[in-house]
Amino acid sequence: MNIPFTAQIINMCAAFLLLIAFAMLSQRRILSLINLFAMQGLVLSLSTAVVAYSSNQTHLYYSAGLTLLLKVLLLPWILHHLIRKLNIKWDVETLFNIPTIMLVGLALVVFAFNLAAPISQMAGTITKSTLGIAMATVLLSFLMMITRSKAVPQVVGFLAMENGLFFAATSATYGMPMVVELGIALDVLVGMFILGIFFFQIRVAFDSLDLKHMEKLKED
Amino acid sequence: MTYTALFFQLLQNALVLCIAPLLLGWINQCRALLQNRSGAGVLQPYRNLIKLFFKDAVLADNASPLFRATPYVLFACMWLAAALVPVLATDLPLSPAVDVIALVGIFALARVFISLAAMDIGTAFGSMGARREMLVGFLAEPALLMVLFTASTISQSTSLITIVETLAHKQFVLYPSMTFAGVAFIMVLLAENARIPVDNPATHLELTMIHEAMILEYSARHLALVEWASALKLLAYMTIGFALFMPWGIAESGDWKAVPLALVLLFIKLIAGGAGLALLETLTAKMRIFRVPEFMGTAFLLAVLGLLTHFLLEMPA
Repeated sequence: MNIPFTAQIINMCAAFLLLIAFAMLSQRRILSLINLFAMQGLVLSLSTAVVAYSSNQTHLYYSAGLTLLLKVLLLPWILHHLIRKLNIKWDVETLFNIPTIMLVGLALVVFAFNLAAPISQMAGTITKSTLGIAMATVLLSFLMMITRSKAVPQVVGFLAMENGLFFAATSATYGMPMVVELGIALDVLVGMFILGIFFFQIRVAFDSLDLKHMEKLKED
Repeated sequence: MTYTALFFQLLQNALVLCIAPLLLGWINQCRALLQNRSGAGVLQPYRNLIKLFFKDAVLADNASPLFRATPYVLFACMWLAAALVPVLATDLPLSPAVDVIALVGIFALARVFISLAAMDIGTAFGSMGARREMLVGFLAEPALLMVLFTASTISQSTSLITIVETLAHKQFVLYPSMTFAGVAFIMVLLAENARIPVDNPATHLELTMIHEAMILEYSARHLALVEWASALKLLAYMTIGFALFMPWGIAESGDWKAVPLALVLLFIKLIAGGAGLALLETLTAKMRIFRVPEFMGTAFLLAVLGLLTHFLLEMPA
């Protein structure tokens, strides 16, 4: 096997991303979920920096720094602040049947790997083989949003999905243009603020952050 | 096969037999220190074994020959398993006889015997323990096999010797699949050796015990052999873990001068591994028996993911 050492490090980071995605899928505690999200951001920023180093793409250094600032420090801090304000720090969500969710996740991973195989053969980047993992991370975050009933874990799932998309962009084409990346970062940040306000509104209206209450549209 | 190789095989047999209780004592000592107790010292398992060997054995009236034979079978299985793993050198005359699949088979044989013996007397605890052991075992075995298959696909062989030689002595490569396999292997190790998230090795509390429930009826030399076999099993699992995930330092075939260094490295690995296990056991709480399928399901899933990532990331393009 002759893969350059930097590519090996990137592959390792990709494997860690997948591992964290599965850990998030099975995590019951909100606090640990947020810590896992911060860890995912850290691994993502590390792998982006290594890609930047190995491909001499200077703009990727900026996006690595942006990821570090936004997804490892700022967003987890906001989330920590929010759950403290909402007093749901130690909330435990009852997930139904984790092994089933995990098996569905495994099927998604196989699907994503197969889906990405023809694309990554055409890509000329050093990171082409990690595209499958990026797709799997996106799909797993989707699954996480579907299986959760509370608001905060769904938002974390949404943010994790953005992480997966970012990783997909880095592995397929060495990242998006700087303007697009900045725009997305701003979008995520603003989205987070708006969702934070929503949390309070939902709780005022329904006395709980469980989104099951929102399925009922009419008062009776 | 040379006489030197034969000598080292015998040396390894004696070595694993002697240091297995020491490893157990070290883990118990670490756990005691982490729990702010002074602990009984690392030599306590030896004292227990000696005490038990000098006692008179008591057998139930309705015990069948199977019940008498099981401790010897168990001990032989675990000793064989521990002797087959390349601990110091890869040139072991016994090792080509058994690959990793047969190794899992040896563990399964021991499990069948201890479960039958536990049900043999007909007490409620024995049957309960046997049932739980089989539950844990049938979930842990596929996960363990998947971990070993991951290593086998990397080295293109199911022989532990080839796996170690590929991982330790070829060009250094980072294997992402081995991170998944490593996590899965630690989970299997905890479950198979009756360690804390699955079973508490120190408990005699009726409702929670698994391994202890099965050996309640044993006494004296039979109990000593069973305990020694458990220590050997833990050592075998630890050394399989070292062989798969940190095989550095295990001497290549024919390179006998590297063996003293390998011995020192083995002790360092065992000290670190034992302390890590004790820390893990102190930090986690024992889970309900109904959570165990979830735990083992996760281990199996991670092992399968390891295999998948191997095909995705590590195949030469």
